[in-house]
Amino acid sequence: MESRFRVLFLALPIVMFGLSGCSATKNFFGRGDKSAPPPAEIDEQVIDPEVDRREIKEPKIDSENFEIGAFAGILSIEDFGSDLVYGVRLAYHVTEGFFVEGTVGKSQAGLTSFEILSGGAPILSDSERDFLYYNLNVGYNILPGEAFIGEARAYNTGLYIVAGLGSTRFAGDDRFTVNFGAGYRFVMTDSIAFHMDFRDHLYDIDILGEEKTAHNLEATLGISLFF
Amino acid sequence: MSERNITTIHSTPRSIKSLLIAVLAFVMLSTAFDEIAQAAEHYKTVSVADPYLEMRTGPGRGYPKFYAVDRGESVEIIKRRTDWFLVRADNGKEGWVDRAQMELTLQSDGSETSFANATQEDFTNARWETGLLAGDFGGANIVSLYGGYSLNPNVAIEVWGSQILGNFSNGWMGSVNVVHETWPDWRISPFFTLGGGVIHTSPKSTIVQGQDRTDQVAHVGVGFRVYATRRFIMRAEYKSYVVFTSRDDNEEVEEWKVGFAFFF
Repeated sequence: MESRFRVLFLALPIVMFGLSGCSATKNFFGRGDKSAPPPAEIDEQVIDPEVDRREIKEPKIDSENFEIGAFAGILSIEDFGSDLVYGVRLAYHVTEGFFVEGTVGKSQAGLTSFEILSGGAPILSDSERDFLYYNLNVGYNILPGEAFIGEARAYNTGLYIVAGLGSTRFAGDDRFTVNFGAGYRFVMTDSIAFHMDFRDHLYDIDILGEEKTAHNLEATLGISLFF
Repeated sequence: MSERNITTIHSTPRSIKSLLIAVLAFVMLSTAFDEIAQAAEHYKTVSVADPYLEMRTGPGRGYPKFYAVDRGESVEIIKRRTDWFLVRADNGKEGWVDRAQMELTLQSDGSETSFANATQEDFTNARWETGLLAGDFGGANIVSLYGGYSLNPNVAIEVWGSQILGNFSNGWMGSVNVVHETWPDWRISPFFTLGGGVIHTSPKSTIVQGQDRTDQVAHVGVGFRVYATRRFIMRAEYKSYVVFTSRDDNEEVEEWKVGFAFFF
């Protein structure tokens, strides 16, 4: 539609020019000397505006949207007791609300009650008891806030929720693992934060007879660095 | 007992490998983002042009405003986190200011201040993209990481690494594919894709029969990318795979995935 208008618009001066150039119609328009400029000139003006572009300087500012950290705590592996878990975490803050994170953690499963009571052959070998997981999560800072220590000190804090998926290597197999949970961030300085995290890692497992969904609850404390 | 040990010797490096891949992908991500940050020019002090500049106690909308810098005074920018800037006033006060207010300040030479901010236009024209998708691969769960490079706004080449976690077997798949976007300037941009690669499957330890296999695969697919915010993309896709097995019949597998990605 717009181009049609433009064609009509451009056609008008051509017609005008053509007509005014013609001696028969010169006086008819009464403006023979001031003939309209040829369309080529108009095009030139539209396409090549000699405007100075202002350079927008982009500031170089230290962007700290990444957060790297380590954590340690307790992981309760369903049927296999609770044990120490430790790992690392990397997060990228997309907006003030959303972040994505990747976590790798390691623990070791103990004995099942059956193994302890029967005193018989162990169900898993030692190396099969190694519990290694990774997960990739999306998180949201649901309750940002401030915490006060005494009258003079205020620290930024935040309660966040996370959910995601990954894989757990346990009992000789990789298991698709869904995890979700919540955490509390205590921002010590502008770059250092302490974390308290609670997660549930779920996977399907059938090594004890029937297949079932195992809940592995994890509670950890961690420290992280924004960079 | 010795049999068990043999099994684990085989299996442990595999898990370490998948973990390494995940870590590596994140490291690559971080370096890429760092480069973007480094690419911008250097300056640190801006002066307030609006009647005042409000400082908050934290990098978020809800944090209280505790100080206002008057027009004409200058502030030093210390760091940026998402769309918030930590600034220091002449009198030493430090606080967080949002991007909208920071863009109303003036640079030392009097020109306006502007900060890098990804837009939908960058979504169309960005060269690099990386993301994570998960879903269903012929009844098994699949987790995938990918990296893509755009030759032009319409055509991109992608490299994928996937971990497949099923009830009876586990495995991994690596593939390369070409993606064509017909309307890359749309906020919801559909694409179709064509590619090939290799798939490795190994039966679970509780399955008695079966052995490890590595086969070639080819696939076609359709999907769409949605520009969410900043550098964030949501992506969903369907792919139909043909696995060229060593048996008489080829295997066909359908895959559905959804996830998120970043462009830079």
